Amino acid sequence: MGISVEGAFKSFGDFQALNDVSIEVPDGSLTALLGPSGSGKSTLLRAIAGLETLDAGQVLIDGEDVSKKPVQKREVGFVFQHYAAFKHMTVFENVGFGLKIRKQEKAKISARVHELLDLVQLHGLADRYPSQLSGGQRQRMALARALAVEPQVLLLDEPFGALDAKVRKDLRAWLRNLHEEMHVTTIFVTHDQEEAMDVAGQLVVMNEGRVEQSGSADELYEKPANEFVMSFVGEVNRLGDHFVRPHDMEVVLDADERTEEGMVQRIVALGFEIRVEFVLADGTEVWAQLTRSELQRLELEEGQIAYLRPIQAKSFNGTSPDDGSGASTPRGPQDGDGAEVSAAV
Amino acid sequence: MTASGTTSRWGLRVAGLGYIALLLLAPLVLIFYKTFEHGLAPPLDAITSPDGLHALKLTLIMVAIAVPLNTVFGIGCALLLVRHRIRGSALVDAVINLPFAISPVVIGLSLFLLYGTTGWFEPGLSEAGIEILFSVPGMVLASIFVSLPFVVRETVPVLQEIGTEQEQAAETLGANAWQVFWRITLPSIRWGVAYGVVLTTARVLGEFGAVSVVSGSISGQTQTLPLFVEKQYENFNLPGAFGASVLLALLALSTLLAMNFLKRKEDA
Repeated sequence: MGISVEGAFKSFGDFQALNDVSIEVPDGSLTALLGPSGSGKSTLLRAIAGLETLDAGQVLIDGEDVSKKPVQKREVGFVFQHYAAFKHMTVFENVGFGLKIRKQEKAKISARVHELLDLVQLHGLADRYPSQLSGGQRQRMALARALAVEPQVLLLDEPFGALDAKVRKDLRAWLRNLHEEMHVTTIFVTHDQEEAMDVAGQLVVMNEGRVEQSGSADELYEKPANEFVMSFVGEVNRLGDHFVRPHDMEVVLDADERTEEGMVQRIVALGFEIRVEFVLADGTEVWAQLTRSELQRLELEEGQIAYLRPIQAKSFNGTSPDDGSGASTPRGPQDGDGAEVSAAV
Repeated sequence: MTASGTTSRWGLRVAGLGYIALLLLAPLVLIFYKTFEHGLAPPLDAITSPDGLHALKLTLIMVAIAVPLNTVFGIGCALLLVRHRIRGSALVDAVINLPFAISPVVIGLSLFLLYGTTGWFEPGLSEAGIEILFSVPGMVLASIFVSLPFVVRETVPVLQEIGTEQEQAAETLGANAWQVFWRITLPSIRWGVAYGVVLTTARVLGEFGAVSVVSGSISGQTQTLPLFVEKQYENFNLPGAFGASVLLALLALSTLLAMNFLKRKEDA
């Protein structure tokens, strides 16, 4: 079941949560809504579920306009950040809730619940109460509960946000596998770009109630539509009008016409990756990502002068670095009209 | 632990327990002692007298009417205050507390102003042949008034604490508003409600001031147990007064015990 949202507006008092948002989610895909807090991603998800009514715009599930349909009739599975476990019910009763509401036979409910508990690896915990489960177990229970009614679409609102890093990583992989098995159209909200790229096939980047860009992880990383997307999906340095990823910063010891002089301020070893922080002549702070062997070859030391050469830079406002607009812009790369620019090394 | 720390700890304990013993337990123990000073017969006779039995029956009727009404109203009002923040909520919130703030005697008098011979509602009521004052309806009204805030006050914080996510989750699973209330909301707030019910019951059982004003305290007709106690006391029938007092105390205690029993059974 494909999902599409067209021209969605929603405000809470003075706050514009959604400002003309349109997205397309293909049938069977796993899509991430990615953005900082307050970007409108959760509001969009809740509007798709019917937990929030749009001020204007439409939500279509499988081509049908469901904007007027109440949440009960939308057949969506929804998973909340804080699990929303029914505390007074056992795991079994939680998972079977939707089926009981649909007045299914007891034997049928029991069979389905146990099947789902197997799927989410909670077998044997059917008689526990949510308070007796760990966070990861609770979230898997919530997922089983949402899947029990065989929803058309599965919506997850920061599903791993309240879990610790290790459990988070496990659940990510597990969700990806689950999606491969079930093929139910899934949208999940996250503010963690690494999580979004790890799990989702398609990403929608949101900011201040608008969609900034959507596409695959590669597309967003390689061809960001604007400064916001570029800095949100990865690390970035700003050199005048240009943006350079730290791994696209080449460090050399001899100056030429394409290099920028900088002083090494700090060298931080993060395992294999080395983070070298520079301060440029005009006071701009940038950093370059090097490998351990590169660092050894260069024999950099804190306080020394070195030269930086951007291998690949991007500019989003169309001004050429050669028009004298700023002294700190790299001299090498030439750019077109807001397009990506690359310089031969 | 230093010696002075131990001393101050013991000092606090003695002071706390002494305060409770002197002000709470001593009067209660004394009443029990006085009641059974001359055996079981005198208090039992007083309670089983026609007037005594009638007072007990009337008190239970008050409870049977006022408690369910205030429970239903209290839950509804708490839901309104917490879940549907509308204009005027703050005012409703403040007004709910009035029965706590106003002396019960004043509440009784205000009912007089409404339903008395010169009251606002009197013309219509007497035409319809309905008597409010000096009869059971007036006493029920007074009981409802004084015990109105308890369920609301005990339920509101619990509702706030559980939040709306469980209810929303139930909705996404297909539950309608009615099912959400019975299967999710009510089970989640049940101990808050139960505590409110216990307090409401205790208050209705023991209410004296407001009921006394509107009832006229006619023996065998409009006398609840607290009014019966006062009458016996005034008539120097101390065993009767003490007997009825002990009965009242036991009734209130049994509601508390009933709640604790239910809760323990559930936790097990």
